[in-house]
Amino acid sequence: MKGKPLVSIVSAGLSKFGKLEGLYAREIFAEAAKEAFDRCPNLNPKKDIQALFVGHMGESYEHQGHTGATMADWAGLLHVPATRTEAACASSGAALRAAVYAVLSGLADVVMVGGVEKMTHRSTAEVTEYLAMASDYPFEQWHGITFPGLYALMATAHMHKYGTTEKQLAAVAVKNHYHGSLNPKAHMQKEITLENALSSRVIAWPLKLYDCSLITDGASCLILTKPELAKKYTDTPVHIIGSGQASDTIGLYERESFTSLTAARLAAKKAYEMADVKPENIDVAEVHDCFTIAEIIAYEDLGFCKPGEGGHLTEKGETKLGGRIPVNTSGGLKAKGHPVGATGTGQAYEIFLQLTGQADKRQVKNAEIGLTHNVGGSGATATVHIYRRG
Amino acid sequence: MAEQTQAFTIEQFYKHLLQGKLMGAKCKKCGKVHLPPRPLCDSCFSKDFEWIELSPKGKLLTYTVIHVAPSQFQGMAPYAVGIVQLESGVKIPGMIRASPEHIKIGMQLTMDFGTCAATQQWPQWPRYFFKPV
Repeated sequence: MKGKPLVSIVSAGLSKFGKLEGLYAREIFAEAAKEAFDRCPNLNPKKDIQALFVGHMGESYEHQGHTGATMADWAGLLHVPATRTEAACASSGAALRAAVYAVLSGLADVVMVGGVEKMTHRSTAEVTEYLAMASDYPFEQWHGITFPGLYALMATAHMHKYGTTEKQLAAVAVKNHYHGSLNPKAHMQKEITLENALSSRVIAWPLKLYDCSLITDGASCLILTKPELAKKYTDTPVHIIGSGQASDTIGLYERESFTSLTAARLAAKKAYEMADVKPENIDVAEVHDCFTIAEIIAYEDLGFCKPGEGGHLTEKGETKLGGRIPVNTSGGLKAKGHPVGATGTGQAYEIFLQLTGQADKRQVKNAEIGLTHNVGGSGATATVHIYRRG
Repeated sequence: MAEQTQAFTIEQFYKHLLQGKLMGAKCKKCGKVHLPPRPLCDSCFSKDFEWIELSPKGKLLTYTVIHVAPSQFQGMAPYAVGIVQLESGVKIPGMIRASPEHIKIGMQLTMDFGTCAATQQWPQWPRYFFKPV
């Protein structure tokens, strides 16, 4: 059996993802927490949980900061040490990493980690502005570069260097919408055609509406413990066997390459080494498809194919359910939705379901090893985690 | 020269732009050219820099045409932005004033300075843009 368990996931919860009108982030987080508590009857949350880490990107959405304590309070965990992590769209990937530190250090035996964002009550223009804060202000935002614009710069470079096509980008969206149609918690649960995607309006050429992830409300959480305590809480733990995180320049323009994310490659290398697994051992992965080009680049950075071959991988159906390596069975950020702070641990939630055989219609048969890849901004932060069925 | 004593900051970079000069900061210890300037050389940790004027010419590495723009740029959309590698090797992003069908990766561009002055309170920076040579 590969990979020594670092920490074990004994429970997980996810709110419905979508337009959750009339709810504050704290109320959505409580929904995710309640599912995690219900799934784990042997856990006494008030007594057992010794720390909380919460990924949350922005105060701007709800005019509310101090997220750590707020979420602890509303999840019924008053008085635990509660800390918010912020790393743009990788905020809860970074929270998970912090939780791994906490358990491995021995400072806490049982830790709750999650993420939350409430976004849909704001106008698209406002959300565009808040998201852009994850890029370089004086050189990118100041010159009119939007968030889709940054990924469009990568897409154009990828197309120029490798011959990647707009049709291949659209194929990622079609696949993820199909997966989303099988996920009752996904924001979008309808399939789309290649024609729908290719004819949708241009956001930042070559990226069109269907190349972009959704503005979504949602929360996610996990309960982690030391591997030796896992069986006290569940018969079917999922072990984290590899954890990697890396950073890069805040500005895309300063990077050596626009067709690969160095932070993601470094985080993946670390996680693979720690887990003692290779890309071909991964049975199911959730990757950061904030834009379709991001998923294609993720395939390459994670070693699922060679650089430049990402476009072909989706076209050949290898990353679809039933394919060689199903990616984003949840629907991904594209169809499940992208409440930015909730995304990292939301990805881990899907892998938890897959590795415990609870993914229902989208179950990958005999899935034993899973991976999550969570990117902040245009790649200034990346976290990669590798999981094994217990 | 007085400007040699000016702080190697992003604000100073834009003040130079207002004067029509594209200035980078060269590390006196290891020679690395920084654009934007920064207070600490990320290569050798020196704090000893000198300003050098950079050629405003370069080639286009990648670009996009933005259709959905932030509110303050909505009147300009669709507009092209790209990343340009200057002749000195450093890279910088900016708007490209050319019709999208004439924009090609690898094309030669040059910087035009400060024609789009700020109307807001902070920051009071000019906006350079790129145009075909």
